[in-house]
Amino acid sequence: MSTPALLEVRDVSVAYPIWGGIFRRRVGEGRAVDHVSFTLHKGETLGLVGESGCGKSTLAKTIIALLRHTVPGVRYEGQILFHRPDGSVVDLLALTPRQMRPMRSEIQMIFQDPFSSLNPRMTVAEIVEAPLRVRRVKGRRAIVRDLLARVGLDPDEQMGRYPHEFSGGQRQRIGIARALALRPELVIADEPVSALDVSVQSQVINLLVELQREFDLTLLFVAHDLSVVEYMSDRIAVMYLGRIVELGNADAVYQTPGHPYTQALVSSVPVPDPNVDRSNRIQIKGEIPTPLNRPTGCPFRTRCNIARPSCADTVPELEPTPTGQLVACLFPPGGQMERPPAEA
Amino acid sequence: MTMQTQTHDSPAHAATANPGPLLEVRDLKTYFRTEAGISKAVDGVSFEVLPGEILGIVGESGSGKSVACLSVLRLIPDPPGYIAGGEIRYRGEPLLEKSYAQMRAIRGNEIAMIFQEPMTALNPVFTIGMQVMETLRRHQRLSRRAARERAVEMLDAVKIPDARKRMKDYPHQFSGGMLQRVMIAIALCCNPRLLIADEPTTALDVTTQSQILDLMLELKARRDDASILLVTHDLGVVAETCDRVVVMYGGKVQEVGSATRIFGQPRHPYTHGLLASLPSRHRKGDGPLYTIPGNVPSALDMPTGCKFCTRCDRVFDRCRLEEPPLHRLPDGSAVRCHLLEEEAR
Repeated sequence: MSTPALLEVRDVSVAYPIWGGIFRRRVGEGRAVDHVSFTLHKGETLGLVGESGCGKSTLAKTIIALLRHTVPGVRYEGQILFHRPDGSVVDLLALTPRQMRPMRSEIQMIFQDPFSSLNPRMTVAEIVEAPLRVRRVKGRRAIVRDLLARVGLDPDEQMGRYPHEFSGGQRQRIGIARALALRPELVIADEPVSALDVSVQSQVINLLVELQREFDLTLLFVAHDLSVVEYMSDRIAVMYLGRIVELGNADAVYQTPGHPYTQALVSSVPVPDPNVDRSNRIQIKGEIPTPLNRPTGCPFRTRCNIARPSCADTVPELEPTPTGQLVACLFPPGGQMERPPAEA
Repeated sequence: MTMQTQTHDSPAHAATANPGPLLEVRDLKTYFRTEAGISKAVDGVSFEVLPGEILGIVGESGSGKSVACLSVLRLIPDPPGYIAGGEIRYRGEPLLEKSYAQMRAIRGNEIAMIFQEPMTALNPVFTIGMQVMETLRRHQRLSRRAARERAVEMLDAVKIPDARKRMKDYPHQFSGGMLQRVMIAIALCCNPRLLIADEPTTALDVTTQSQILDLMLELKARRDDASILLVTHDLGVVAETCDRVVVMYGGKVQEVGSATRIFGQPRHPYTHGLLASLPSRHRKGDGPLYTIPGNVPSALDMPTGCKFCTRCDRVFDRCRLEEPPLHRLPDGSAVRCHLLEEEAR
């Protein structure tokens, strides 16, 4: 990527407290995000994939400080450097709620659930206008009309209606209009299409791609659906148990996955073609551990089909592979090392 | 229209000369009374499940696929729902004429069901073991001890590690994937001939989904004549598991055919649109995805004529006036679209 950096996530960890005992003391913590680093360049789409509990949503919410000022006791480490349009650089993790406020017009979020993310007692016009009112923007009505038309709704007909009068896909359009109202630099989309019907999903995906071009947006696209992420993203980061295990160009990650987890994830995605051979698919055994009983060494080793005893000793860091992506694996399959003999 | 539908609805059945379908649904109508009027959730649906096959029912929310399956087991809450017409035959026996007691004997023993949300389908205040045993004791009249042994066996069969010990656990101590395994164990413990799986993997992660699908296929392979009716909105899941596919939209069957035919040469514009709009078949650089315009219509306000006419890109005047019949094709599949007649001319 040759474009300048917009967001630099540096060695960020997020640990939730575990309260226990009769005095509700802090008895331990669960690391939902564990030493994550990546850079988001201006204008690109970075897809963040992983299964439930891998920390992808926590990471997204940490960037926009949705948890930090509301959930007590959570410990944050690292830096999230945001390059503002005026050229200054701020560490989002170090800001007070008041200092964070102006950032929110530059970083916006689209939520997963179009049913709970819109206030049922506000009309569509009020919902989309809300961020503009907070920032005291002039000429709000005209901007709202313009935005609604842009996301494919009819301003004359639909501005005065309430969210319950819309279908899931239309509500997601309202949420997108709201996110774009302040012309943000960065949009974090947390599972924006997973609650939608198949025939409506592609409408919203197309809309996001179009708007990204038109508004010159940088997108952090969080999802569990690999096929959607692959379609949307320039680069993909794969998370497992709070760590990024693979990061690279969307094509490379999807076509030649380097980490055993990514390989299993890619091959688990059901292909809508009955003629595809399923026999050589890589099956992951077992269940994802919780951040509370994180394995020592490589977080994936308890489920990895090529794990070796030494995987328990060292936490692998992201290293470049011959196919161009970064992979956090001590013995990357298909790489320099050959596979160990089949399990006994 | 219904007359026509009946005469045309017998896809794939004639092609395979076997003892007849395991389950036969004819012109089923399941309606719901609502404040805004009668909602025709399932409006004249016909399909059959052959012995030993996996039949997929695909559709979006509101297509009527789940309601059709619940109707088979007579699990539609009445009121507000009721079965307004049609016939459901299981091994030739009319299910809609059975008493509650007779239905209870069929549920579990003959036809079992797995639901979408394993987290809510199990009772949180009873142990896993008790819930598996309950089914065995109730339907198979086993003693407590025999039921316990069989329950452990079943939990083993669905690959729950350390099954005997985990019998004492409560649902909240299990993950979603593990709970779905328990649901499968409960469904299969009485050895049913037909398993209805309503979105069994929708609430699960992809790697867990693939484990659960493999488990279902493996258990199915152990019993040759057992059939699965798999309801899902995920076309990938259907392609990987099903022999035949029923595509539903607007409370009607729109297309029926073998999985290879449906995915290889979809004939209905809706099926075609669904497949074309999948991101997995495209790249961002190829330009925008195909989209089906508009939204899924509500069951209260279905268009007259073809249910898909408001969103179809090949719509013509006749579609808006007259509902097309389910046209049968020589290969045993069927399509509900006027275009077939137009093309034949």
